[in-house]
Amino acid sequence: MSDQPAALPDEGSGRPAARPTPVIRPRPTVDETRATKAILIGTAVAFLALFVVLPLIAVFAEAFRRGVDHYLESFADPDTQAAIRLTLTVAAIAVPLNLVFGICAAWAIAKFEFPGKSLLTTLIDLPFSVSPVVSGLVFVLLFGAQGYFGKWLAAHDLQIVFAVPGIVLATVFVTFPFVARELIPLMQEQGTAEEEAALTLGASGLRTFLTVTLPNTKWALLYGVLLCNARAMGEFGAVSVVSGHVRGLTNTMPLHVEILYNEYNFVAAFAVASLLAGLALVTLLAKSVLEWRYGDALGRTRLY
Amino acid sequence: MTATASASPRAAAAPWRFRQPSALPGFGLTFGFAVTWLSLIVLIPLAALVMRASGLGLDGIWRITSSPRVLAALQTSFGLSLAAAAVNAVFGLLVAWVLTRYEFPGRRLLDAVVDLPFALPTAVAGIALAAIYAPNGWIGGLVAPLGIQIAFTPLGIFIALVFVGLPFVVRTVQPVLADFDREIEEASATLGATRRQTIVRVVLPALLPAVLTGFALAFGRAVGEYGSVIFIAGNLPFKSEIAPLLIVIQLEEFNYAGATAIATVMLAISFLLLLAINLLQAFSRRRFGHV
Amino acid sequence: MLLRPIAVRSTPARPAVHCAAAPAAARLAALLVLGVGLICGLPAAARAQAVTLVNVSYDPTRELYRAVNDAFAKEWQAKTGQKVTIRTSHGGSGRQARSVIDGLDADVVTLALAGDIDAIARESKRLPADWQTRLPNNSSPYTSTIVLLVRKGNPKGIKDWDDLAKPGVQVITPNPKTSGGARWNYLAAWAFELDRSGGDAGKAKALVAAIFRNVPVLDTGARGSTTTFVQRGLGDVLVAWENEAFLAKQEFGADRFDIVYPSLSIVAEPPVALVDQVVDKRGTRAVAQAYLAFLYGPAAQRLIASHFYRPFRPEHAAPEDLARFGKTRLVTIDGVFGGWAKAQAEHFADGAVFDQIYQAGAQGR
Repeated sequence: MSDQPAALPDEGSGRPAARPTPVIRPRPTVDETRATKAILIGTAVAFLALFVVLPLIAVFAEAFRRGVDHYLESFADPDTQAAIRLTLTVAAIAVPLNLVFGICAAWAIAKFEFPGKSLLTTLIDLPFSVSPVVSGLVFVLLFGAQGYFGKWLAAHDLQIVFAVPGIVLATVFVTFPFVARELIPLMQEQGTAEEEAALTLGASGLRTFLTVTLPNTKWALLYGVLLCNARAMGEFGAVSVVSGHVRGLTNTMPLHVEILYNEYNFVAAFAVASLLAGLALVTLLAKSVLEWRYGDALGRTRLY
Repeated sequence: MTATASASPRAAAAPWRFRQPSALPGFGLTFGFAVTWLSLIVLIPLAALVMRASGLGLDGIWRITSSPRVLAALQTSFGLSLAAAAVNAVFGLLVAWVLTRYEFPGRRLLDAVVDLPFALPTAVAGIALAAIYAPNGWIGGLVAPLGIQIAFTPLGIFIALVFVGLPFVVRTVQPVLADFDREIEEASATLGATRRQTIVRVVLPALLPAVLTGFALAFGRAVGEYGSVIFIAGNLPFKSEIAPLLIVIQLEEFNYAGATAIATVMLAISFLLLLAINLLQAFSRRRFGHV
Repeated sequence: MLLRPIAVRSTPARPAVHCAAAPAAARLAALLVLGVGLICGLPAAARAQAVTLVNVSYDPTRELYRAVNDAFAKEWQAKTGQKVTIRTSHGGSGRQARSVIDGLDADVVTLALAGDIDAIARESKRLPADWQTRLPNNSSPYTSTIVLLVRKGNPKGIKDWDDLAKPGVQVITPNPKTSGGARWNYLAAWAFELDRSGGDAGKAKALVAAIFRNVPVLDTGARGSTTTFVQRGLGDVLVAWENEAFLAKQEFGADRFDIVYPSLSIVAEPPVALVDQVVDKRGTRAVAQAYLAFLYGPAAQRLIASHFYRPFRPEHAAPEDLARFGKTRLVTIDGVFGGWAKAQAEHFADGAVFDQIYQAGAQGR
């Protein structure tokens, strides 16, 4: 720790300063002392380590507590495999649906002017702020046996809640805004000039979209899909309400984690959890790479 | 919705139209699809909830939500969410400051780590936190001899809520701080302000809208949080029972009216929060030209 | 959010532009159809394969039904050549009943108490109201009772129900509103005090209230409570199913816990039932009936005893399994409480005794 007096400018950080020339007057203090900096950095690192990194480490530590063999054995259970398959299936349906929606919504909102636009944007954001439990509940109220469409569904032998369609619906609901929110700010920033140029040069609307808009937004799109996918595979609350928890049929990975945890099978619970944590890490890694390399090509104002 | 997606913009004297003229195609299709899909997936289901609740009447909802247990759960949820969001506002600001202002080894890693609570499934976070803070866990075991219990108490809920809300303040403050003109700080210092005065009177006020937005987002997320909390909460009525859990319990007790009433109250609150966030951002945009 | 006004420059539109949207529309439509088709097609595809039975059960039967399902699948295949897969779902008994009422297609339900299956019959009419008379022993192929699991050496000296009400004793039990086992726990304590005081319901209520004041954690299912007590190390005593207590001892080491039999406990009857509407819709009545009958047969009865449940027909069980059960005076729900319907209305309905106890307790907290 240095005990530099506060009045002295701190070299080596902040803006690239000119070489120290004879100082007549101390430069304005626009930086903290080294000690302050060290304390601030230390606090931030400690805070993140305690609240974020430690839980992540705990997942892997518990998963490998009884060795790699035990860890791998956890995945031999057919119910676990079924849960993994179901989670992949649900994500494979939910993510493309929200992708198509996100592109359409972004195109309409970012490239055109119409009244009620901010209301529409707010409504798209709504699923973010709704409690996952409420997201699940609404589908039970609609499609449950006692719900509005319950009688009709039963008469036609269709099952939605406590079956895969209900899980898909709940997942689509909670991941609804992800792609749209990545695209809208970016496409607004980019404006419509390039598309108009393409159209003037004779390109068709679809071609314009594919050759102009899509390349301009591909990284934001990828980023949105990544987040959407991570959330789709990891959703717990909403899916828990509509799932029915039948192993091998309606059990997704996060629900299976809970079940294994409740069966004293902690190694297996954390093993499945470690897959989900691995997915989260891959998502973060991809996101970081995208941001470092294509920072400009991502929407600047993004709030999840 | 307008089907005249390719109306000529030259018709200057045209009567009022829904959409401003544009050369780009596809408005009718994309707008129609987006609105339809939004209605099917989000609006109609939420409307079903409101319809169910309207069957109860305002006084019915009031009677249910003002019962001691529901009030206690709402109090727990909102009180702890406020506390967690406040902690996140302070530490989020600090983390954002460190990440944008200082260069140090591992900064990018730290930056990436901030998003982890968002990417990690809540159930995974829940069992991990329970494993750490239980009386025989890594940290729970350390503080247990001091008579402090974390897991299965409101303190445990608080920790889970800090975890899930952590990225919001950091990510709202970061871009604002990066855009902040340092010459203003220099001017302030030149005029004789100490570093502390500069920060308190010049920098923080400019960051305030962003911090508040992040606070509101973290708060909204925490109020609705379920997965990570139930593993660590203890779920004791009047003490460590959160409102979303109470909705689930009411459902499990066949009490649809109860579940619907609490859910409606929470929906209304999340809508108000969303509105507040939008207003904050609009204000911040007008005032500072950025979010 | 995050909208910025954008300047839309208008350039003369080309007439051809609009039509270009058509292929995109077709593609979109195709995608939508594909998505909807996938959504609707999945459950049907899952059902089309070999016979699958769905058994919706309560919390502590996870291990029991894993063993029973394997045995039944083998027997059924040997007998009929048909492959049967039994899927199970576990959770608090009340919550499981709710799922079935809301449309979870269970071929059979095996819940913690008759009241929850009554609720299914009443609310959804998916099985007849007289379901409990269709199988022997009130449709209960196994019974259990409620015991106290304490930490090794019983440091708090817990011997009977009234010890749970003492200050400084932390009691772990699930929530009677969602868990069947918790309702048995509650009723056993109530029956004890009723018996001791010569029928004074006021005293019984006071004792149960005092016990619940000592509860630091109220999980939604029996298994959650066991985890809290055993794995998380919380509390001095776990009020639990006998089978759950034995299982916890077996899983986590007999050197860590002791089982205490209170002087009086209750016969807990977890009944099983066919859900007529579901088996008729899915065409699984024969195999579902055989599955329930199998539970009463020698092979299953033996498994039942080895999983620490008290078999309906002990003659089929291994004597050493039966020898493990402790002796205590047992009362029945019909004898003391006049059956489940009455007990449910008096104690566990909204605003009934349990709610009163809890709300009174809230003021004291």
